[in-house]
Amino acid sequence: MSVDGAAQSDGEVLLRVTDVKKHFPVQSAAFFRRSHDFVHAVDGVSLELRRGETLGLVGETGCGKSTLARCIMRLYDITDGTVEFEGRDITKLSTRSMRPIRRDMQMIFQDPYGSLNPRRRVGSIIGDPFAIHGLADGKSRKSKVQEVMELVGLNPEHYNRFPAEFSGGQRQRIGVARALALRPKLIVCDEPVSALDVSIQAQIINLLSDLQEELDLTYIFIAHDLSVVRHVSDRVAVMYLGKVAELGEVESVYGHARHPYTSALLSAVPLPDPERAKERERIILVGDVPSPVAPPSGCRFHPRCPKAKDLCVHEDPALVPRLDDPPGHVAACHFPVADGENIADSTPEIGIEERIVEEGLVGNV
Amino acid sequence: MALLEVNDLQVSFSTPDGVLKAVRGLSFSVDEGKTLGIVGESGSGKSVATQTIMGLTQGARISGEALFEGHDLLQMSTHQLQHIRGAQVGMIFQDPLSSLHPYYRVGWQLIEMIRAHDKSVGKHKARDRAVELLRLVGIPQPDRRVDDFPHQFSGGMRQRAMIAMAMALNPKLVIADEPTTALDVTVQAQVLAVMKRLQEEFGTAIIMITHDLGVIADVADDVVVMYAGKAMETGDRSTIFYRHHNPYTEGLLLSLPAYGDDRERLHPISGQPPSLITLPAGCPFRPRCPYAFDKCVEEPPLFDIGRAGDHQSACWLPTDMRKREKVRRDTLGKAAEVVAVDTSEV
Ligand SMILES: Nc1ncnc2c1ncn2[C@@H]1O[C@H](COP(=O)(O)OP(=O)(O)OP(=O)(O)O)[C@@H](O)[C@H]1O
Ligand SMILES: Nc1ncnc2c1ncn2[C@@H]1O[C@H](COP(=O)(O)OP(=O)(O)O)[C@@H](O)[C@H]1O
Ligand code: SF4
Ligand code: SF4
Ligand SMILES: [Mg+2]
Ligand SMILES: [Mg+2]
Repeated sequence: MSVDGAAQSDGEVLLRVTDVKKHFPVQSAAFFRRSHDFVHAVDGVSLELRRGETLGLVGETGCGKSTLARCIMRLYDITDGTVEFEGRDITKLSTRSMRPIRRDMQMIFQDPYGSLNPRRRVGSIIGDPFAIHGLADGKSRKSKVQEVMELVGLNPEHYNRFPAEFSGGQRQRIGVARALALRPKLIVCDEPVSALDVSIQAQIINLLSDLQEELDLTYIFIAHDLSVVRHVSDRVAVMYLGKVAELGEVESVYGHARHPYTSALLSAVPLPDPERAKERERIILVGDVPSPVAPPSGCRFHPRCPKAKDLCVHEDPALVPRLDDPPGHVAACHFPVADGENIADSTPEIGIEERIVEEGLVGNV
Repeated sequence: MALLEVNDLQVSFSTPDGVLKAVRGLSFSVDEGKTLGIVGESGSGKSVATQTIMGLTQGARISGEALFEGHDLLQMSTHQLQHIRGAQVGMIFQDPLSSLHPYYRVGWQLIEMIRAHDKSVGKHKARDRAVELLRLVGIPQPDRRVDDFPHQFSGGMRQRAMIAMAMALNPKLVIADEPTTALDVTVQAQVLAVMKRLQEEFGTAIIMITHDLGVIADVADDVVVMYAGKAMETGDRSTIFYRHHNPYTEGLLLSLPAYGDDRERLHPISGQPPSLITLPAGCPFRPRCPYAFDKCVEEPPLFDIGRAGDHQSACWLPTDMRKREKVRRDTLGKAAEVVAVDTSEV
């Protein structure tokens, strides 16, 4: 979360994800299920995560962010591809061999209400990881739990309280404390602040960033709020329909978005500044994300893309540096957006049957 | 005359823990064809206030007045209100399934809505109007999709269908309660664009309730900032964003990552909103306010700042920037105690 842009780009690779796929069989009400129908939730994602950095993960709902996170955590069996943690291939490890590795990877979830059992005391909730891994019991567990409670800004004297006695922000602190209990190396934060009010959200973001510095943590930070992601991340990956559309240093991606989807996403972020909001050209994407059961051919974004041409319908663009971008900034687009180009002025050059058209949305908006 | 004028609205519920004061003397007005943004953190009373105005709160103690074209909605019979809802005032909620019935086709629901208020409209004509409405809100192939069930629509389409419902009878006012909170930014942009366009076309006034200052910056002409059941600050959009007076407004804006330039750290508001059952004495923001001084043990009224009615703030702070800074420095001097209270408090 080095906000000053001091990304630790030469740090050692902690996690390497190579061409990971996760396909879920479609549940169908029919008597015999067609076994060849799958939800392509994650469809070939490759990433590297360096020690001490924060990688932001953004994209519309259903694009596969949580599924990817769960694949990395090995909470799902992976359909294809590999996940390496500290140089070790963990893709096929048994539950037993995974156990010591699980201590090093933890997850924080979105819902500070749903993810905590209301009938258990917070001390025991935060102490779960110790229990699961058979570490520290009795007095020593309690003192360790109180230590993390202190670390995340909870009053250690509230050890015996129930989740209902805490506010939303404090419950999220409980989630953070539980994730930190075993001092992991990697924390995957899946929408950790999305359910919180802005004033509380800022408290949790500062907490996560302090903890990162203090404990040398590496984060994957999933959020739908692009301003939050910009603030916390060193690098960002933009996902669309199970694939990475664009990836690079935050300032490079936010300042020089090459993929039309990234451009559109950024232009849709509401700016809390009326003057800047007025000046800005908005790109309004038509339609929603198509079904991941049968993703569109070629470039998956083509039915909604204002720049689409024939090539896009037939050929899947590679995720490589475009225009003059540095090697770390890659985009999967045949016709990348140039600096200063306004894609709101583009019209797709593909057949109408290849596109999503919504009359009420185009023009005079 | 304002289209809707709410004066000193108070709403309280009795709960097992005591009386919960959800709205404590709220006043605001909405002009024809304009958008009023109501912004505030969750629990600040935004939904209770607007639902009460429309006669949708149950088991509450209500006082004050809500004049719609001069007639007090709070004094109307259920029957009169039913007529106003839909025909005069449309409503849009966060969850489209709360107003779209899952078992009936979207088109059928629109047709029923149109015919319930005007029996003279024939079935065919009502259907044409339904298709037209769906087209207006950007539903692709509206003549076919009109026969879909709500679950066959995506989230964004359902939200737009609900806008179509709210707009079906061409109301003068639409109350939208967090209409885009559950949506992706891309779909949010579509929905807001549709609302803006309909407003331009039909001159509808809108009350936009949201906790997102970005949405406010985009659509609101005037803004009410709510906290603990009351208005902390009111003014037009640029006053609220660039010349705000109230420390709560300032705190909300400062805690946003997108506000101002990139900074090392965010500036959250410390602590959390108060309980509405056991409100602190004095200014409700006092326990979290970086400026709080001796005067704040008394609850401030909504003062006029500058010309009457243009800009109001419920705060004892002087408007003079230098005097105000001095108050803050004095408060910071005493901050050691305040911080101690903050971290130990649950
Ligand atoms: N267990 C499952 N079985 C079948 N399909 C699934 C399963 N889990 C996820 N999916 C599907 O996989 C796709 C990706 O889902 P995922 O939850 O990863 O999205 P996401 O990017 O995290 O979205 P959100 O922003 O809404 O959290 C979606 O189409 C989803 O419906
Ligand atoms: N029917 C009810 N009974 C008791 N308390 C209620 C009821 N409805 C709302 N409240 C309380 O009123 C306060 C304001 O709620 P609400 O208007 O929904 O907030 P907002 O819309 O600003 O998030 C909250 O504390 C809420 O819990
Ligand atoms: S490859 Fe073509 S369709 Fe895909 S994003 Fe680029 S221009 Fe658009
Ligand atoms: S009245 Fe006092 S406590 Fe309330 S906002 Fe103003 S300075 Fe802060
Ligand atoms: Mg998710
Ligand atoms: Mg509400």
